[in-house]
Amino acid sequence: MLRYFLSRLLTFVPTFLGVTLISFAFIRVLPGDPIIAMAGERGVTPERYAELQEQFGFDRPLIVQFWDYFTGVLQGDLGQSFVTRKPVWDEFFTLFPATLELSTCAIILAVVLGLPAGVIAATHRGKLFDRLLMSSALVGYSMPIFWWALLLIIVFSGNLGWTPVSGRIDLLYYFPNVTGFMLIDSLLSGQSGAFGSAVKHLILPSIVLATIPLAVIARQTRSAMLEVLSEDYIRTARAKGLAPARVNGLHALRNAMIPVVTVIGLMVGTLLAGAILTETIFSWPGIGKWMVDSIFRRDYPVVQGGLLLVAVMVMVVNLIVDLLYGLINPKIRKR
Amino acid sequence: MPLLEIRNLTVEFTTAAGPFRAVDGVDATVDQGDVLAIVGESGSGKSVSMLAMMGLLPWTATITADRMSFDGRDLRNLGARERRKVIGRDMAMIFQEPMSSLNPCFTVGFQIKEALRQHLDLSRAERHTRALELLDLVGIPDPETRLKAFPHQLSGGMSQRVMIAMALSCNPRLLIADEPTTALDVTIQAQILDLLSDLQRDTGMALILITHDMGVVAETAQRVQVQYAGQKVEEQPVRSLFQSPHHPYTAALLSALPERATERRLPTIPGVVPGQFDRPQGCLFSPRCAFADDTCRKVDPPVQGEDMGFARCHYPIATPAKEATS
Repeated sequence: MLRYFLSRLLTFVPTFLGVTLISFAFIRVLPGDPIIAMAGERGVTPERYAELQEQFGFDRPLIVQFWDYFTGVLQGDLGQSFVTRKPVWDEFFTLFPATLELSTCAIILAVVLGLPAGVIAATHRGKLFDRLLMSSALVGYSMPIFWWALLLIIVFSGNLGWTPVSGRIDLLYYFPNVTGFMLIDSLLSGQSGAFGSAVKHLILPSIVLATIPLAVIARQTRSAMLEVLSEDYIRTARAKGLAPARVNGLHALRNAMIPVVTVIGLMVGTLLAGAILTETIFSWPGIGKWMVDSIFRRDYPVVQGGLLLVAVMVMVVNLIVDLLYGLINPKIRKR
Repeated sequence: MPLLEIRNLTVEFTTAAGPFRAVDGVDATVDQGDVLAIVGESGSGKSVSMLAMMGLLPWTATITADRMSFDGRDLRNLGARERRKVIGRDMAMIFQEPMSSLNPCFTVGFQIKEALRQHLDLSRAERHTRALELLDLVGIPDPETRLKAFPHQLSGGMSQRVMIAMALSCNPRLLIADEPTTALDVTIQAQILDLLSDLQRDTGMALILITHDMGVVAETAQRVQVQYAGQKVEEQPVRSLFQSPHHPYTAALLSALPERATERRLPTIPGVVPGQFDRPQGCLFSPRCAFADDTCRKVDPPVQGEDMGFARCHYPIATPAKEATS
């Protein structure tokens, strides 16, 4: 298992190099110029432009700029935002807990509902539940996410008044930012009602963000289960006289988990990169919106640093998925 | 009272193209300690009839029978929960593909002990001892290490031995072996058949051996039942079946055995088993039968008496095999 882990870890190196290069190149390939973008409507004189170019180091060859950036990255320095003048690292870690909190809730919701739903649909193939689930999964998957969010806001926040419209917590509450996770911080603050308020703020965004992963996980679980259920070893399990719950829930599901874990991993990766639409609609201060804003501002350090951090997280998630494969199916460990 | 008695078993599958009758009025009787071989080509409903009895067919199958009893219990209206107490315990089954019949995610030990835990009231330690005992019984060396092995670490023959150990875990009174050697090498085939024969003799359990290999039948079985296109066409003790087959299909199967061939070219039975859409009128074997006439092609054949091996034929062969095939 350790060798398997190390061999997986080794694949990090080329991927990391590639991501560093691509994130650096990507923003520079885009048309536009950070100095022009910063200057805005006022414009900038050619002299001042040249001065700023020199100040930011844009006058040097790209390869030198990349080398500077890359050596910085290796030392844990991602540079400073052109706009806020704060280190990219600090900005990221102020915003990331919000994204992490929301995406964790969303993925838990999606897995807890999607996995059993897929299993039941597969074992009741062609029955009413299966048809209902598969058609709603299709709807959930194809629905425009912003429209779905607005619909939920209109019904549950507008008409029924059950949930707040936006933000992470009521303005009533103020407490120090300890972990950055509102659920934990509100509990730590000891203020009554703070935790409840944080939960209420999480409900709608979590549902919206969970919708697509839920649909994908349910469909993937169903199809993986259907494939596994026709395997010979399932017949063996049933021939032993085992109860259906054990045959489906243990013998079949364990084998069906490989493709399911793969899509869960992909979903987690996507969610960690920030949910731009959901974060925007619910005014959720996460990294999705931060990244998009910095692209518009041509804020090179933020874009390349943010991309790199997100990519590393996706790589870590993939590593975890790879390790899970080995845990689920012993055959994979041996390769 | 026989251990297993099946009368007029019919299995129909609902398919998109209408019902398909895979098993058509099959009878079978097995006494305690009997070894019955069920022989036939692929698609003759051998496996399906046994799976129907085990309750392992998908819900698209409709099973009807005049009688289907095991150990005095009527299997027809046995609830799912009650049936699960019988299968895997008193009635066990092993399958054709040993490599894919074991769950790749669990160790051999887990899978054997699971069967024990399901049916017997044993402690953890007792289950472990029993599992070791079982592996030893089926001739697996170094059982302690093998218990920790995963199926992908075993060869085909080894996997089939594990399957047998698992089937025997609760001392079944009937073991159904569904083509247990088809997927194995010839040398391993002989070993597994010997093992099954020995275990059957030592434990006194009944054995139903499904196969399409007449060689296997000759070595292992006491009685043989020949199935064709879902029907039982003949039943005889093994010795007399080989000496004087009464149904033309049995005779043709026997003459296709390499060791019986008299000419350079091996005789074959032309055509294939009829499927869902090409079931003939009258005798189902008539399109492929060398002796068929208009009666065979129009009228359902009667079932002959015991002296004619219960042959389902208008014109059963009365002479011994040699003359019949020449």
